[in-house]
Amino acid sequence: MSQKLLLSAKEIDIILHRLACQLIENHTHFEHTVLIGVQPRGIFLADRIKRILEEDYKLTSVKLGYLDITFYRDDFRRGEKPLEANKTNIDFVVEDKRVVFIDDVLYTGRSIRAALTAMQSFGRPQEIELLTLIDRRFSRHLPIQPNYRGRQVDAINQEKVKVHWVENEGEDAVYLVG
Amino acid sequence: MSELSVNHLLGIKYLNKDDIKLIFETADHFKEVINRPIKKVPSLRDITIANLFFENSTRTRLSFELAEKRLSADVINFSAASSSVKKGETLIDTVNNILSMKVDMVVMRHPNPGAGVFLSKHVGASIVNAGDGAHEHPTQALLDSYSIRERLGGVGGKKIVIVGDILHSRVALSNIFALKLQGAEVKVCGPKTLIPKYIDRLGVGVETNLKKALEWCDVANMLRVQNERMEISYFPSTREYTQQFGVNKKVLDSLNKDIVIMHPGPINRGVEITSDVADSNQAIILDQVQNGVAVRMAVIYLLASKIKR
Repeated sequence: MSQKLLLSAKEIDIILHRLACQLIENHTHFEHTVLIGVQPRGIFLADRIKRILEEDYKLTSVKLGYLDITFYRDDFRRGEKPLEANKTNIDFVVEDKRVVFIDDVLYTGRSIRAALTAMQSFGRPQEIELLTLIDRRFSRHLPIQPNYRGRQVDAINQEKVKVHWVENEGEDAVYLVG
Repeated sequence: MSELSVNHLLGIKYLNKDDIKLIFETADHFKEVINRPIKKVPSLRDITIANLFFENSTRTRLSFELAEKRLSADVINFSAASSSVKKGETLIDTVNNILSMKVDMVVMRHPNPGAGVFLSKHVGASIVNAGDGAHEHPTQALLDSYSIRERLGGVGGKKIVIVGDILHSRVALSNIFALKLQGAEVKVCGPKTLIPKYIDRLGVGVETNLKKALEWCDVANMLRVQNERMEISYFPSTREYTQQFGVNKKVLDSLNKDIVIMHPGPINRGVEITSDVADSNQAIILDQVQNGVAVRMAVIYLLASKIKR
């Protein structure tokens, strides 16, 4: 199995700062905006974005929640492996808020479809946007596109894009595994 | 570990420690779900569940039905009182007729011990035992342990006394299995006539003095005297039973610690437990009911995930 480095730690850092700036451009002070990290892997990216907004841009009132989509997925009982749930933690109101979903890789779009359904259980947001670090275009099964994308990747279906974070894998890097 | 070791929930004695851990972790997620503004997830929208109740029930039936509906399953209800069972139909025939309407899972309460096991061998659906005679009531034991875990942070190493009519209680037996499996210490307490003869072989202690039992324990699970299952008198009078084995505020206040009071319901207020105890902060009776829905959602979800089409 070959592994190719797509993004280094330095590149990821630059991209995260750019994504944070793009968010500020659209959401200014984040009074009516909430960030939602999509479990399980979107939460690392969401934490980073929040930290950059707080530390580098002094936006201290950014609200961040985690959303688990396990019970909303469309492949329950279809896969080989049973689905494992993660924690949902949304301790604020999303009704009439501008919600930004944050996930590391946008691939088929099915996770985001599940997240859209899951979000309905918490209320009716004013709008929902999507921020992803990696956008695997040409792989979509559903008409879903990101509003903020870190890097667009053209990968064939057999290949996998793996995002590593210091928090869980010990380094910041994005690999293409074939 | 993300899958149950069993295809049916027939009793706690068929489960292992990891099964219970998985059920509790899954129930944690569902507890969060049922406290949302919209308390429903679409996971089981292609699953149909039949609730077959050959014996009366309020809490368990409502709890199962709610759990099923919160998972978006289709639900059909059946109670023996208004069915063809009265016309002489056998259990297998009744269930096979229901299954031929494309039902995936059966939740059954039955007066005969072993009814669930029997059914699981003869029909092709997932079976959940919602109480079989005086044998087992696994989901009740799971929600009891889950409630202890929630209140005290864990079950292992805790001291639990089950007080009352142990002889006729499926809740007691399932609780003993579940608590022992999780490493708790268990004692039973009640009139000698209502304690099964060889219960110590299950590794539980026997105490006939309520005060001593309460002084020993962290949690007291108070059971109801099941008069409907008694053909003879097991104690002289209800008043005498209450004097010896009823928990009241005075007894609780005389202990040098705050123990947790549980009751699987229905409560006979003033018999096994007084109102001031049942409604006190030490009692987690209503938490048990709320946790019942989350735990049953977890059980049904995990069993459903093993149904292959």
